[in-house]
Amino acid sequence: MPHIDEEIERLKKKLMQMWDVVEFQLVSGREAMINADQRLAKKIIKQGDKVNDYDVKIDRMCENFFALFTPVAVDLRVVLAILKINANLERIGDTAEGIAYFVREFESPLEQELLQATKVLEMYDEALSMFADCRRAFLDNDTELATQLIKRDKFLNKIYRKSDSIVIPYLKENPDKIKEGVALLSIIKKIERVGDQVSNVAEEIIFYRDAKVVKHQLKKKKKE
Amino acid sequence: MSKNYKLVAIEVNAYYGDFHAIKNISLGLEEKAVTAFIGPSGCGKSTFLRLFNRMNDYIDGFRIDGEILLDQKDIYKKSVRVDELRKEVGMVFQKPNPFPKTIFENVVYGLRIQGISKKKVLEEAAERSLKQAALWEEVKDKLHKSALALSGGQQQRLCIARALANGPSVLLMDEPASALDPISTAKIEELIWELKKDYTIVIVTHNMQQAGRVSDHTAFFLSGELIEFAKTKSLFTNPKDQRTQNYITGRFG
Ligand SMILES: Nc1ncnc2c1ncn2[C@@H]1O[C@H](COP(=O)(O)OP(=O)(O)OP(=O)(O)O)[C@@H](O)[C@H]1O
Ligand SMILES: [Mg+2]
Repeated sequence: MPHIDEEIERLKKKLMQMWDVVEFQLVSGREAMINADQRLAKKIIKQGDKVNDYDVKIDRMCENFFALFTPVAVDLRVVLAILKINANLERIGDTAEGIAYFVREFESPLEQELLQATKVLEMYDEALSMFADCRRAFLDNDTELATQLIKRDKFLNKIYRKSDSIVIPYLKENPDKIKEGVALLSIIKKIERVGDQVSNVAEEIIFYRDAKVVKHQLKKKKKE
Repeated sequence: MSKNYKLVAIEVNAYYGDFHAIKNISLGLEEKAVTAFIGPSGCGKSTFLRLFNRMNDYIDGFRIDGEILLDQKDIYKKSVRVDELRKEVGMVFQKPNPFPKTIFENVVYGLRIQGISKKKVLEEAAERSLKQAALWEEVKDKLHKSALALSGGQQQRLCIARALANGPSVLLMDEPASALDPISTAKIEELIWELKKDYTIVIVTHNMQQAGRVSDHTAFFLSGELIEFAKTKSLFTNPKDQRTQNYITGRFG
């Protein structure tokens, strides 16, 4: 394998290690939320340090790569993509941490009724599945799958937009649950953010493979 | 062709005896812009470059068909005077090749051949050309010392000054910085950047970064064919042809 390809592989491997940690944070966030698991929430927050270390490390590896290899064409695009995916992963990690902080507001597990009405678990599962598919799209250079992800993000947005109108009436009837209800709304908002961040990563994958900038076109469509 | 093309090649084929060195190439080079020719060794960059000032004419068995237009006029027409053409289309080579004369005599060499001998005219031309070639400050106190005592990078700028003194509108440069250290290379590149305000420049280079830094357009050649010709920015970020991509990313063959 040419030296330059070895370096790119090394970068990708580092990014995948970071991806593992962020995935742990996201998956655990769901468990912690359902069970109001304070110990797990704490662990998620602690993993944030690891993610930050990866972020700094990958930035530095990209910088070295630019300086030493002065890449062009697909080599340039892949490293630009890795640099941006790194930043997005770090933010997804932050978002998962945010979820863990809200879990710490829970004094008891959430009511089944509320979980079902808000569809928060469906939403969470979709976000997790998108996150996993996003990794597959990156590793398999699958721009078709990446394009799908950008569309799937809309499903999350839809649930998010309805959540207020479900939680608020519920809280009127159960005023003792205000703390949990507000935290749940915040979590829903966070999951919606994960969807956006996964979309951003998907856009980078398409840019790197096809040299196509999809950012603006698809955002325009979103607004329509 | 609608644009302001300074040089145009139309269906050009060139041969060294039986060897088909340039294969049916057509392209237009914009005025006051820098075009880089890249490609693996032996692909025909120098051959193609030399067509623009008929430098191949001397070579035994060399033949060209098709047209090369300079300002819309075919330079291979019988009526064209090659010495006039070479004044208009100057050339700088890979290895600096100053004559074993003084710095001053090197710069005004072309003018003397034209029969110009007035001291004032020659002095003015020398100063102007050396300034344009960003060499004046370094040599103004030793104009009458031997050019061979200059460093390689200075000699190359002297050769550029010598070409400029003839009052060309096109400069052809065949790997002008490949024998120079990074500082001298940077000076040549800066100079090219400056000169493009007034001149149409074509540069052959094996240094991809150099092509990226100095040129507006890049042409990629392979085995005598023109594979891709595009804005340098797009050729280096998103080449259309897989062979171009393989070459510029160093994954060739
Ligand atoms: N005087 C000549 N007689 C015969 N063949 C020649 C002559 N000059 C060049 N050639 C052949 O023509 C082809 C193109 O040569 P040319 O010098 O144009 O290549 P190039 O792209 O400039 O290569 P390099 O990067 O090594 O300078 C080569 O195969 C070469 O062997
Ligand atoms: Mg050559």
